[in-house]
Amino acid sequence: MDGILLVAFLFLVAGVIAVPIASRLGLGSVLGYLLAGIALSPILASLHVDVISIQHMAEFGVVMMLFLVGLELEPSMLWAMRHRLLGLGGLQVSITTAAVTAIAMAFGQPWSIALAIGLVFALSSTAIVLQTLNEKGLMRCDGGQASFSVLLFQDIAVIPMLAFIPLLALPELQELIATASSAGDDGHASLSLVDRLAGWQRALVTVGAIAFVVVAGSYLTRPIFRFIAMAKLRELFTAAALLLVIAIALLMVLVGLSPALGTFLAGVVLANSEYRHELESDIDPFKGLLLGLFFITVGAAIRFDLLVANLGNIVGMTLGLITLKALILYVLARVFKITGADRWLFTLGLAQAGEFGFVLLSFTVANGVIPTAIAEQLLLVVALSMLLTPGLFILYEKVIAPRFVSAQEKEADEIDESGKIIIAGLGRFGGVVNRMLSAAGYKTVVLDYQSEQLEMMRSFGVKAFFGDAMRPDLLHAAGIDEAEILVVAIDDEDSATELVHYVSHNHPNVHIVARAINRHHVYELYSAGAQDIIRETFDSSVRAGRYALEALGVHPYDAERQVRGFVKNDQAQMVGLASSYDPAVPVHENEEYVRRSKEYTARHAEVMKGNSARFGNRLGRGWVPPTIEDLEAEVAKDADED
Amino acid sequence: MQPSWYRDIVFLFKRLASPVRLQAMSSLIVYYAHPAHHYSHANKEMATVAAAADGVTFVDLYGEYPRFEIDADIEQQRLTDHDVVLLQFPMFWYSTPSILKEWQDLVLEHGFAYGSGGDKLEGKRMMIAVSGAGPEDAYTPGGYQHYPVRDFLRPLEQTARLCGMQFAAPYVLYDALKAPADGRLASHVESYKQLLLAIRDDQYDWDVADGCDVVQFGALPIKEGGQ
Repeated sequence: MDGILLVAFLFLVAGVIAVPIASRLGLGSVLGYLLAGIALSPILASLHVDVISIQHMAEFGVVMMLFLVGLELEPSMLWAMRHRLLGLGGLQVSITTAAVTAIAMAFGQPWSIALAIGLVFALSSTAIVLQTLNEKGLMRCDGGQASFSVLLFQDIAVIPMLAFIPLLALPELQELIATASSAGDDGHASLSLVDRLAGWQRALVTVGAIAFVVVAGSYLTRPIFRFIAMAKLRELFTAAALLLVIAIALLMVLVGLSPALGTFLAGVVLANSEYRHELESDIDPFKGLLLGLFFITVGAAIRFDLLVANLGNIVGMTLGLITLKALILYVLARVFKITGADRWLFTLGLAQAGEFGFVLLSFTVANGVIPTAIAEQLLLVVALSMLLTPGLFILYEKVIAPRFVSAQEKEADEIDESGKIIIAGLGRFGGVVNRMLSAAGYKTVVLDYQSEQLEMMRSFGVKAFFGDAMRPDLLHAAGIDEAEILVVAIDDEDSATELVHYVSHNHPNVHIVARAINRHHVYELYSAGAQDIIRETFDSSVRAGRYALEALGVHPYDAERQVRGFVKNDQAQMVGLASSYDPAVPVHENEEYVRRSKEYTARHAEVMKGNSARFGNRLGRGWVPPTIEDLEAEVAKDADED
Repeated sequence: MQPSWYRDIVFLFKRLASPVRLQAMSSLIVYYAHPAHHYSHANKEMATVAAAADGVTFVDLYGEYPRFEIDADIEQQRLTDHDVVLLQFPMFWYSTPSILKEWQDLVLEHGFAYGSGGDKLEGKRMMIAVSGAGPEDAYTPGGYQHYPVRDFLRPLEQTARLCGMQFAAPYVLYDALKAPADGRLASHVESYKQLLLAIRDDQYDWDVADGCDVVQFGALPIKEGGQ
């Protein structure tokens, strides 16, 4: 127990110190974690911590990341990118594999080892690249999208690679492994249910498992989540989300598939669900922590003794690898018409080897494909290339992107999604706002925590998501960072104020339209930072009053002007009282407020009784005809001038 | 575009379908615009007479559209259904009250009132019933209003012309504020009623009116046998 706490403490301290510094220096979080890992490695070594097994655990962060990526990708979007996925991704993997294989053979490696090396190096780092693209907001540009297609293809390609690599095994290495105990066996293999099945049975089970994920994801999750939502316990939902991801990963491992692929698939299936944002915000912190841990272990696992011993060799291989991969990517980018800064983002971003390289390497060693001595050096190459990646991103950001500024700006316009609007609360109030904005052609994201209402709304085609709008992480998942407008229409008075306060302070660019329950709530919302504040029943009450006037026989236009005068007066009163209102003092104890409020009420009564000349004047002003004396004066003046 | 005989037949059927009125020939719509109905002296009484006139359509624009949300479709249908359009309003700053301008802007659309296909008002008549604050001699080159009333109504006259409508001499009440006191208002209102009924019954002599700059009570060109 103490040991676990100590290790956790060390990892957390290193991360908490190194990442903010790296971010401040503009290096990105990934490099921060890697450096933290390097700094930590001597301490971990002296404590005999098994970094590699921690790394295996932390790889689950990649699985979660792919789940989140899947959530962002609706099936239609995935279908739309199929050409790039297969074309760009397929060509990148096959050409890089072939080139690396050829070079390795030229350096005298037998073809089987060379091919295995080729496969290991063909992969790029999903974890680093996606994390960095997201962090720098490059995910939506063309280069980011192309990078994502290739990464997705690679993640899928790992599965057949894992099946293929054992076939490359060297007889003498296999014997070696056979004589040793199976202690170093990979976790994946030991759990597999399908090892002893025939080929066709295996295929059947695999297809069955995928079908189960798709069907269960489509039909089973909704009732289950609704059932869980009924408990109204936030942590229960988080637990359910974790359970979902872990269960799918486990199922995939059992049938011998990649857990990353399985959860990605589940994410895509759930991308249309109303629980999407809630799932996203629940899983996201776990993903972040596990990926951070993963990067730290990558840093910590770098064997500096080996690096120093073979410095020239490994650095040369790393630089050679990055150059080769970049070259292939550049050519592919040209072929697939990725232009401008995007081409360079694609080229530099994917030039490293990736974390699946670690997985494949340990797998090749376990299966006797690559001798341990070579594998250890290759491991260093992979780690070093990952370590250099943030540097390549900085190169892109600081040197290359500025040269394409004009082109970038033009593209930014295309990506722009006509102003995002978030509506918190989809009751009678928010519902009308949403209907109106949607009818006007604006895209809205609606948040509410009443499951039944949401399902009804979704059946009408409203983009509604389950979740408590009070949660910053959920707001983030709903896109508060890019939002232009937030409409606060939640029922609870204090929650609404709190939400307005949070958003106006953390996202000052978001225009907040808030519903006030009553007059005092208006003042509170105003001091919390809402721009437009609407009293929920004021307008309808005023209209009711107008109908009453019309029914009394008042000319409709006179009634309308009475209403305008009343509203104007009332607003003036509210502004006048606002300066006396103090949220810290209860209204009935605020003497100034009470006194002025009484004043206004008295004046108002006069106005309504028609005793106030000023108010009457204002109503009729502009159409009050001149008196006969006025006319005569006019004529007289005219005569004088003649 | 429909051939002219088609319009004639439609017209005939509409006539046959309308309530029996032996002499009825022209359908008349009166648009009334006064933003402060309760301050009005002349126009309020004129509006009362027009609203009560049998077989005459009466529209109080400020009453029907207190928030200016004029429905162009309804208004265009109304114009299509009538032969004579009479606009009744007090002159405000040598022009119409604002809602009447809004009405023109929204209702007299391209393709309806003018421009290609905009022939729906062709052959109809437009007439103005307007009250002015100044005495008659003020509306002369030497007077303080400097121009005759008809000149201030030129924008409407040209609007009618562009829409293929015939613009009739306006029915004018001068010195409207003094009219109740000196007894002219009663004559003006009574004469207004005669005017509306004469138009309705096709007894108004448009040709004689066309020879006048403006028409006033006591000298309305109503044919023999009319009211």
